[in-house]
Formats: sequence, C-alpha cells, structure tokens
Amino acid sequence: MTIQSTTILDTLDEDLASRLVSRRDALVKGGVSGATVLTGLRMASVPVALAAMANTAFAQGRLPAAVNAVLNFALVLEYLEAEFYNIGMGTAGLIPTIDREIFGTIQDHENAHVAFLRTTLGRSARPKPTFDFTAGNGSGTGPFADVFSNYATFMAVAQAFEDTGVRAYKGQAPTLQPYKDVLQAALTIHSVEARHASEVRRLRGNFTDVAPNKGWITGDMTDISGTAAVYAGEDNIIHGGVNAVAVTSVSTLAVTEAYDEPLTMKAVLAIVDPFIV
Amino acid sequence: MITQDTNNSTEFPPTSRRDMLRAAGLGGVALLLAGCKAGSTDFFAPEAASLALVTADGIILDFSTDTDVLNYAYALEQLEAAFYIQVVANANFTSTFAANEQRVLIDLRDHEIAHRDFLAAALGSARLPDLTPNFSTVTFEDRTSVLETARTFEDLGVSAYNGAARYLSSTVFLGIAGKIVSVEARHAAAIRDLLAPRTSAFAPNAFDAANTPQFVLNAADPFIAEQITATNT
Repeated sequence: MTIQSTTILDTLDEDLASRLVSRRDALVKGGVSGATVLTGLRMASVPVALAAMANTAFAQGRLPAAVNAVLNFALVLEYLEAEFYNIGMGTAGLIPTIDREIFGTIQDHENAHVAFLRTTLGRSARPKPTFDFTAGNGSGTGPFADVFSNYATFMAVAQAFEDTGVRAYKGQAPTLQPYKDVLQAALTIHSVEARHASEVRRLRGNFTDVAPNKGWITGDMTDISGTAAVYAGEDNIIHGGVNAVAVTSVSTLAVTEAYDEPLTMKAVLAIVDPFIV
Repeated sequence: MITQDTNNSTEFPPTSRRDMLRAAGLGGVALLLAGCKAGSTDFFAPEAASLALVTADGIILDFSTDTDVLNYAYALEQLEAAFYIQVVANANFTSTFAANEQRVLIDLRDHEIAHRDFLAAALGSARLPDLTPNFSTVTFEDRTSVLETARTFEDLGVSAYNGAARYLSSTVFLGIAGKIVSVEARHAAAIRDLLAPRTSAFAPNAFDAANTPQFVLNAADPFIAEQITATNT
C-alpha cells in the first residue's frame, strides 16, 4: 500500500509526498473527533456494479499502475471533501436548516465516491490522510481558521474544493483514456463534482446568478481570498489549437464560462497541500 | 456583453435535410464531404474524410471515428443552442422568467452557441449538416415547460459526453470533451435548482449517467427532424 502510494507521488517533492502519505489516527485538527465525523455520516449506497465493472476489467483484480495512481489521487480529494462535509454537517449551528439538504446531498455523494474508489482499489487504496481544513498544514490556524464556525467561510472552502475537484478529474482523463471503463466511471464522478460546484457557487451568490457567483466560472474570477490557483487558467480560450472566441459571435467572457479547464496532478496537490497534515 | 447569434443555422429550412437531399437528386447515399482538408477552418484536420453518411433514411454516425464522435457532440450542441435561442427570443421571455432565471438562460444560450460554433469550426467541412429542430412539444411561454425541457437536454448532454468519451482515440479531443461536459453538468444543476430550489435535485445521484450514443439519439429524436443513427458503438 505504502509502496504504491509512494509511486503515485514520486514526481513530487519529498516533503509534500511524505505528508500526503502520512497517516495519523489522532484527532482531526480543530477539536472534532473521528467519532463525531462518523456520527454525521449519511452513507449513500456504494455503486457496487461500477466498482465490479472496474475490477473485472483487469485480470486478477490488479489495477494497472497508471490507474492505481490516478484513483488514489482521486481518493485523496474525495477523502478531503467527504470529511469536510461530514464535519460541517456534524457541527451544530453551522449550516442553516434551509441549506442542509444541499450540503447533505453533497456529503452523501462524496462519501459514496470514497467508498467507490476504495472498493475499486481494494488493498491498493491509500489510507485517509489527516486534514486541517483551515489550510494551516496542521496548525489549525490557517487562512480559513473559522471554516467550521463561520458559514461564509465554510461555503467558500466548499466551492474551492468542488471547483478543484472538477479540474482534478478532468486533468486525469488522458491518463485513463486507455482504460475505458475506468475512464467512464471517473467521468460520471467528474460531472457530479461539477453539479456540486454549480450549486455551491450559486448559493454563495444567494442565487442571483451574477458573476463571480454564477454556477460556471467567468474568466478566472474568484471572490475567495487565497484561491487564485484554483481558478488559474480558467480564462483560456484556446482549445485544441482553435481560438474559441474567434469562431463565434458570443462574448469572450461567455466563451470562458463555456469551458472548464483541467489541472495537473501536481497543481492540484499543491492546492490541497495546506489542507493535509 | 450579450451578443446575438449570427450563425445561419438558426434559420431552419422549411424542409428537412432529407427532403433537401431528395430534392437535389441525391436520393440514394451521399458520402458527405470527402477530403475535408479544403476548408481553412479544419483546425484539427480530422481523419482523412468525413465519415458522416447522409442517406435517404437519415444520418449515420460511425463511432469508430473521432470525427463522428465529435459530430455527435455537434448534433447535441446544435439542438441545445437552437432551443435556448428560441427561449430567449420569445416575446414573453422577460415576463415568463425571473431576473436570475433570465440570466441563467441567456448564459446557457451563449454557452451552447459557443460549443456549437467551436465544434463546427473544428470539424470544418467534415461537420454534419445543419439539423432541423422540432420543439413542437415545448410551450415557450410556459416557465415549467421550458425549464423541464432544459433539464432534459442538459442531463442528456452530460450523459452523452460521459458515454461517448470511450470512443475517442485522440487525447486532444477527449480533453476538449472534458472541458465541455462539466459545464453541461453545471447547467444541469442550475436548471434543476430553478425547478426545485435548495433541494437535492441539482445532483440526484452520486454518479451521473453515461448513456450509449443510441440511447441518447433515441431520446433526442423527438426534437430533431432528421433520423440519426449510431454505428460501431
């Protein structure tokens, strides 16, 4: 398990890699215990058929190294999201009653994604890291220090996670391309992350649907301090060598909204690094 | 800036493509646009020739070619663009929809036009003919009718891209499909939330559907005059 996790990360700097593969069973930073997390868990059913499909695509249930690496990378992000929503939903007074169905839905999905990836990876599944949702690298005093006491901060971090998740899955599609069933399974998660992102973005704008709080990303705009890297490059208008603005009558900003951009594994891990102890 | 569509595909011919081909004496089988390198807009220089077959019985998309997988996307984007163009152009648009709903629908119109025009340019002369939409089941002055149709199209689009990705050989094309599908998913969530605000409706499942091309084409069939069939799936 450790060997394979290390393999995933062997192109990264050692310090980051060591933290990503570390596992601490101590309490989650911020004083919320693992038991609390579990209490808030509303587990959606695991798509057994999907997992089985992915497994049976490979002889002896052994995933190709490239697939293993991508799915473990995805698993880190899903662990991050799932625990984030588990804590948020488990924190009394944080999420207004009117919005609990939204975040409860997302919570269910992220936990289902974790379960799916763990099932598919089997013994190769990497363990859950310890997270610091303040983005403080374990200090508990990062830039989002009030993430579980200030609803605005919670929503902002949720948006950043979801938009990052979309870019992360998208960035791995080329690697998964030879493995059609796995590719397809990953895409069915990718688009759900995009649905989450859309909802949280619109919620943050109180459903007025005005940039930068539309369901889609306008240019590389963000109104969340410290998240420039999450949106870097989203203003790209060249796709496959074609200037998408030059071939249409639609405005440049609308064209940027019409395309989401991928991120490399390295870029994604740099974004989430402050959240991983 | 909100721009108006200028692509002439919004002006649908009075007769279907099939009829036009018949009228032109092409009745049998016409292999469209062989040798697609001629056009200056063939940026991708897709495989040697267009592989979309237009016959008296309709259009046949060959999913063993990236060109026709892109044409499949192009067909769906044509449909979506035509729909939202008609939604926004309706005389009662501003009285039918709330202000934020109008903003969403205008954005969706612009995004789908951008997708349609991009795919048209990318495919160049290998692209499908302009399709003939049929929105006779939609009441454009009725908010629910429009939003439920939009929901159908957006969910269908997501499931179509998810299900078609496996047929693409080119990593570049796969990447582009990935850039588009997540925006379709963002649309789907927004439309669903307009229909059922602040509920779980925006994302009804932890895993989206990945539908086969023929399933999608069958679902889209009532909205497109031309018969489109998928082969080699």
